[in-house]
Amino acid sequence: MTNLTELGVAAIRDGVAGGEFTAVEVAEAFNANVAAASSLNAFIVATPEVAVDAAKAVDAKRAKGEPLGKMGGVPIGMKDLFATKGVQTTAASHILEGFTPQYESTVSQKLWDAGAGMLGKLNLDQFAMGSSNETSYFGNVISPWRRKDGGNAALAPGGSSGGSSAAVAARLAPAATGTDTGGSIRQPAAFTGITGIKPTYGRCSRWGVVAFASSLDQAGPMARDTRDCAIMLEAMAGFDPKDATSLDMPVPEWEAGLNPDMKGKRIGIPREYRMDGMDEDVAKSWDDGIAWMKDAGAEIVDISLPHTKYALPAYYIIAPAEASSNLARYDGVRYGLRDLPDGAGLQDMYAATRADGFGPEVKRRIMIGTYVLSAGFYDAYYNQAQKIRTLIAQDFAKAFEQCDVILAPTCPTAAFALGEKTSDPLAMYLNDVFAVPASLAGLPAMSVPAGMNREGLPLGLQIIGRAFDEQGVLNAGLAIEKAAGFVATPDRWW
Amino acid sequence: MSEYRIHGATGEWEVVIGLEVHAQVTSQAKLFSGAATAFGAEPNTQVSLVDAAMPGMLPVPNRECIRQAVRTGMAIDAQINKWSRFDRKNYFYADLPQGYQISQLYHPLVGEGHLDIALDDKNPENTKRIGVERIHVEQDAGKLMHDQHPTMSYVDLNRSGVALMEIVSKPEMRSPAEAGAYVRKLRSILRYVGSCDGNMEEGSMRADVNVSVRKPGEEFGTRTETKNVNSVRFVMQVIEYEANRQVDVLESGGKVDQETRLFDPDTGTTRTMRSKEDAHDYRYFPDPDLLPLELDDAFLHDCRESLPELPDAKRHRYESELGLTAYNANQLTADVDVYKRFEDVLAATADRTGKPEKDVATQVANWVLSVAPGVKNATEGAVEANDTTAANAGILALAAANVVSGGQAKEIYEIVLKTGREPDEIAETEGLKQNSDTGAIEAVIDEVLAANEDKVAEYRGGKDKLFGFFVGQTMKAMKGKGNPAVVNEVLKTKLG
Repeated sequence: MTNLTELGVAAIRDGVAGGEFTAVEVAEAFNANVAAASSLNAFIVATPEVAVDAAKAVDAKRAKGEPLGKMGGVPIGMKDLFATKGVQTTAASHILEGFTPQYESTVSQKLWDAGAGMLGKLNLDQFAMGSSNETSYFGNVISPWRRKDGGNAALAPGGSSGGSSAAVAARLAPAATGTDTGGSIRQPAAFTGITGIKPTYGRCSRWGVVAFASSLDQAGPMARDTRDCAIMLEAMAGFDPKDATSLDMPVPEWEAGLNPDMKGKRIGIPREYRMDGMDEDVAKSWDDGIAWMKDAGAEIVDISLPHTKYALPAYYIIAPAEASSNLARYDGVRYGLRDLPDGAGLQDMYAATRADGFGPEVKRRIMIGTYVLSAGFYDAYYNQAQKIRTLIAQDFAKAFEQCDVILAPTCPTAAFALGEKTSDPLAMYLNDVFAVPASLAGLPAMSVPAGMNREGLPLGLQIIGRAFDEQGVLNAGLAIEKAAGFVATPDRWW
Repeated sequence: MSEYRIHGATGEWEVVIGLEVHAQVTSQAKLFSGAATAFGAEPNTQVSLVDAAMPGMLPVPNRECIRQAVRTGMAIDAQINKWSRFDRKNYFYADLPQGYQISQLYHPLVGEGHLDIALDDKNPENTKRIGVERIHVEQDAGKLMHDQHPTMSYVDLNRSGVALMEIVSKPEMRSPAEAGAYVRKLRSILRYVGSCDGNMEEGSMRADVNVSVRKPGEEFGTRTETKNVNSVRFVMQVIEYEANRQVDVLESGGKVDQETRLFDPDTGTTRTMRSKEDAHDYRYFPDPDLLPLELDDAFLHDCRESLPELPDAKRHRYESELGLTAYNANQLTADVDVYKRFEDVLAATADRTGKPEKDVATQVANWVLSVAPGVKNATEGAVEANDTTAANAGILALAAANVVSGGQAKEIYEIVLKTGREPDEIAETEGLKQNSDTGAIEAVIDEVLAANEDKVAEYRGGKDKLFGFFVGQTMKAMKGKGNPAVVNEVLKTKLG
């Protein structure tokens, strides 16, 4: 019999629908993998019974001949940034430890409505702030990948969706939700050899997703391949009247529209992304990607995104500014952690609760954000950053007059070792240098596995598209995927 | 109204006043959530997940609240900004679940406008124009309750997220009376428009009072802001107290601190709440959960079309079309409830009498403004539900047709209030009708004259004052039911 945990979303959906196996069999197989992989620390909470119950419901529907939904019978991991009714939701922070929402996020509800089941809540960087999953209160996630250098250094799965990337790469789930504020879907996907797409800002509702930076946060799927991402994104996306920034547009049939033929397509290569001292393997994988695109019939266009170098500084002003305000609600008054020292007044309670409840990276960003919004600094920082954001969006708009999608590396390097960058926040932030511009412009962007570096670690290529053109991005991703033929999986050591 | 001055030891001081009025928008739901807004509900029973700022919750603007604020702006001739934006005002407090208030600092919904306040009740045309700087919409906070537990405060979030309009005047008022007139006029307009119920006792409307003093003609002085003043009388008290306090401070060589103060209604004084040094840095920035608010022409058209006739226009029409006195027109149009009652009773009375409205308007105005309230106040056991438009019009029609006298009209009204019976039936059954039958009146007068021949002789001898005596005797004989006009006429004829 097929090893069910080797199957992706499409294969499971079709297999369950076709009666090759039951949804319960699939859920149990993945539950077993989850249970056996506690050393990866990918899940904060496993919910095997929830997965099985959802699977039973799908099997019962099938028995009655009812439609099973886009994700019928597919168990998934849920990043612990999505509120899940009756299941602890923490954002990987101590301040929300034990918090059990009485509501379900729009995106997770849509997935359940589409027939998916929940294997558990996935670990992440605390409040999605981080690029290595090391800021989680519940301990870092360990990547299933190891360097082929004889050493057994524990590697970062990327972040913030590091539980999601590790779980999919290690076959603990066929797919998982991620969220991307400045690369948090794409960078971990690239680090772990899987596929992830951040859709256009507004495609997926933010209702019920713990907010980091509201103008940037966007949910998306992380899965084995492009088709699986297309299927899952269809289930996640859609207008939500409860989110004022939600796009009021119909959801295209992305899976049906998949087409790897790049004839007549113009692929933009941004010259500013080719930086001095670029990692050789990353540069090579980019060149490979360009060659594959040519082979697939595309025209390669040299483009310029002149304000690229300002993107990262602007991002690290805007995102912390919004975060400093978004995280003010964690005050110990209504839910979550409350630290009330003897004789404490309100201000003491705030100070104690927030000092104890937030990790160092969260505190750093709250302080940066508070600073840049302060009287006397607002114009110099926040307003300037907003202007840069506009210029970056204009860069892309101009570029898309010359090309249909943009091809670039997802990250400057392959996965780094845990602990390698924790003492230097700036080095950590630099990881997002290629990811952040598309976030600032609200554009759809995905990462697809494109090959391995000389250490045997996956490398990802990024495709950035026009607003609302997820189809163009997915098609280009599919072209890369077909040409790259990436099939490597991590050796199971856990 | 003469110029208001504080007479200090060093001379006269002028008071400069600006008001920030917070008016709760009349709406079923809150500004950014679907929770209800009724006053006086049990604590924390009108709280949505959004109002409690649960993780991942998002605000969605309530169109009705925006509509009401736009209509209010139109009612004070203000510029309506088709593009506006919400900003977050960040500060920590236990009654502020989000840790920020969603407000509008940089791009308010409504720009400059104005309203005219009457400086003299007797002459409503004597007005002063007070500029309005802006109106923006924002969320209210919750409420702390300090009397529920010996060592802890409780939080009630029912008000959290309720929509407020902040209506900011220019510093163009110069006396407590002007400020009082401004608040009353603003309240009247809000109630006309229906955008706020204007109920200051329930906190639907409250004012932050900015006061400074200066020698006439000099630059503005340093101002203080007294928060959350919730009646017209208190607003005036704050100004009076603050102005005198500031003059005392300045004349004794001190400096007025720019600070936030609190009003104590029990003592009529203000005290420091926080000084400028303690002022928060609110770190305003555009709310990233909300897109800019863009209003299209159809929406604005609908807002404008839905505006009612406003107090000043109505007052002018009452004078020109209905022939009312300026005083009556002013009294009738000052409050929504009064003018509505007047217009209802007027229409019904015109209908009953078959006369044009202007022919009965003065009678109805007097009835609504003074006669009816006087009777009602004096009537024990009056039932509000009995005081219908139809009953009032019925009584007024009887009076207009001279079927009942003024006194009888009052008596009928009293019975109506107590019993809810029909005026026509009361007049009939209770004999509350005046007698206009000339023949019957002549007969009575003949008897009166016959019984008082001596007085008749005196009258004819030139003692004109006795006419009243004959009227009185006649009315007495008719048990007060003689139509006075007919009685007078017949008496004059008979006495020659």
